[in-house]
Amino acid sequence: MPLGPLAKWLLLAPAVALLLVLFLTPVGWFISASLMELGSWQDIWDEVAAVMGTGVIVRSIINTNGISLAVTLLTLVIGYPVAYAMTRARGLTFTLILVCVVLPYFTSTIVRTYAWMVILGRNGIINQLLLGMGLVDEPLQLMYNRLGVLIGMTYVLLPYMVLTLFATMKSVDGRLLQAAAGMGARPMTIFTRVFFPLTFHGVMAGSLIVYILAMGFFITPALMGGPDDLMMAMLIEREVELSHNWPVAAIMTIILLVITLSLYAVYTRFSDSSEERLA
Amino acid sequence: MSGIRLENVFKAYGDATVVRDLSLTIPQGEFFTLLGPSGSGKTTTLSIIAGFTMADRGRVFINGRDATRAEPRERGLGMVFQNYAIFPHLNVFENVAFPLTVKKVPKVEIAKRVADALEMVKLTGFERRYARQLSGGQQQRVALARAIVAHPPIVLMDEPLGALDKNLRYHMQMEIKEISTRLGMTVVYVTHDQEEALTMSDRIAIMNGGVIAQMGPPREVYERPQSAFVAKFLGEADLIRVERQSGCLVGPGSLPVRAGEDNGSLQKGQLFLRPEKVTLCDPGTGEAGCTLRGKVHQVAFLGNVIRFEVELEDGTIILSDVANAAGIKNFPVGAAVDVTWLPEHARLLED
Repeated sequence: MPLGPLAKWLLLAPAVALLLVLFLTPVGWFISASLMELGSWQDIWDEVAAVMGTGVIVRSIINTNGISLAVTLLTLVIGYPVAYAMTRARGLTFTLILVCVVLPYFTSTIVRTYAWMVILGRNGIINQLLLGMGLVDEPLQLMYNRLGVLIGMTYVLLPYMVLTLFATMKSVDGRLLQAAAGMGARPMTIFTRVFFPLTFHGVMAGSLIVYILAMGFFITPALMGGPDDLMMAMLIEREVELSHNWPVAAIMTIILLVITLSLYAVYTRFSDSSEERLA
Repeated sequence: MSGIRLENVFKAYGDATVVRDLSLTIPQGEFFTLLGPSGSGKTTTLSIIAGFTMADRGRVFINGRDATRAEPRERGLGMVFQNYAIFPHLNVFENVAFPLTVKKVPKVEIAKRVADALEMVKLTGFERRYARQLSGGQQQRVALARAIVAHPPIVLMDEPLGALDKNLRYHMQMEIKEISTRLGMTVVYVTHDQEEALTMSDRIAIMNGGVIAQMGPPREVYERPQSAFVAKFLGEADLIRVERQSGCLVGPGSLPVRAGEDNGSLQKGQLFLRPEKVTLCDPGTGEAGCTLRGKVHQVAFLGNVIRFEVELEDGTIILSDVANAAGIKNFPVGAAVDVTWLPEHARLLED
């Protein structure tokens, strides 16, 4: 039964209310209260210009996007085969892969990040192993640098990519792949000409989710990164907690929001047209 | 030798035997139909020919070469799938071109051959459309064009018309038949629709329980079934229980009956007749030896045919289809009638 407009709005109401109370109000309040400290519009504008002209902030914007992009690509490269294996696996194998993917998800990010520190540290498992086998003469710097940030964040965000891709791959009609084989296509051709195009909207969706989540990352880069890996969320926290500079934090929050929302807007346009094609 | 040959092909899934030691030879250019109810093994047999399913035992020869273990892509077959399997992310042109592009045929050649194939299925002008913008019949044509575009000598079709409505179906049957004749293709066609099988095929194999129950040209399997299963599966069949008493077959009401090709070896069985070979006449006027007595149980008007249901003395219901032609005699419900036929139209089948 199609719903009338009133029923639709009523069903939507709880979600809208939740978003309003828990997200829009506090963020709006934070931003407006912070900016009000500055006084006039002219003062606010001057502050925005100053923020955008500050080297450390610009670098953190570039860092944040660079790290997010790298993490997105890494989760994609690692997650795509894993998701594919999940669609092929049956019974116990499937359950095992699923548990491996999802279980870390149930542990807090801090615990997982510390666990990685045990593995990657100067006296960590990997370095001991490499030294023990005589492959390196001194411990490798696997942490407190960009490498550490990428490893940590990729690990935390991998389930989002895998599960999104898995859902898409599961919906691909296996008979299309069989048909392609019957028409003379080799496995590689079937993948590039049929399977990958049919899962492409899943690749886009997974990448968007990972990218947006990565943009707001805070704990992992703080614990596993070096001084050059300052991300926007860390900087916002510093402005609030250490400098008590709320206006700057508010301006950076707006920048973060604008980037995220524009990405989302691009994606929605794209996915609308691609879904129409596949419907 | 070109064409297809199966030798003792056997396939089981666990305890369930799907195809049981099946052997058959399909010569080049033949329109061959595998007909049977669901679960009879016809689709599995097709899948073994296509290479999507590997037989547990037995051998598959395609165009004289042993293809038992060959990959589907090495078999060079065209195929029309039950659900059409049209790629949703490719348009009509790209779909039809697919078998050529994977073989790296030059672009100019592809354009020409796709145009030819689309013209053959009357879809010229639809090149840029996607599957979702096409009707069921048009999608079927795309699937057909894609199956023939690479000019494969053999084309497999798995219930290709199953999703179409009756009128369109008949139309497409004619078109497929015409195209296959024009291109001289060997066609292996799977269907559960006996009318479709009779209309299109040069030869039909009726499958049941993983074996071929009977194989032959449409007219032969229709008129001379070797079992009650085949008789019933290919259309309406009258089956009358008969017994041999002192050398003569006797039917309900202890009336003697004769069957064509009766060599006297069966002691009892079923007398088979097609309803359109059975006529009705006034009681006592039927010729002895091919007449039984009964009364009209029901009359159904089917348009071009009037179907009488006659109940014999032992309760057996006999159908008699009479063409609705000028001057036919009508028998009302309840009227006593003689049911009669020509002896050569009756066959004695084992129980």
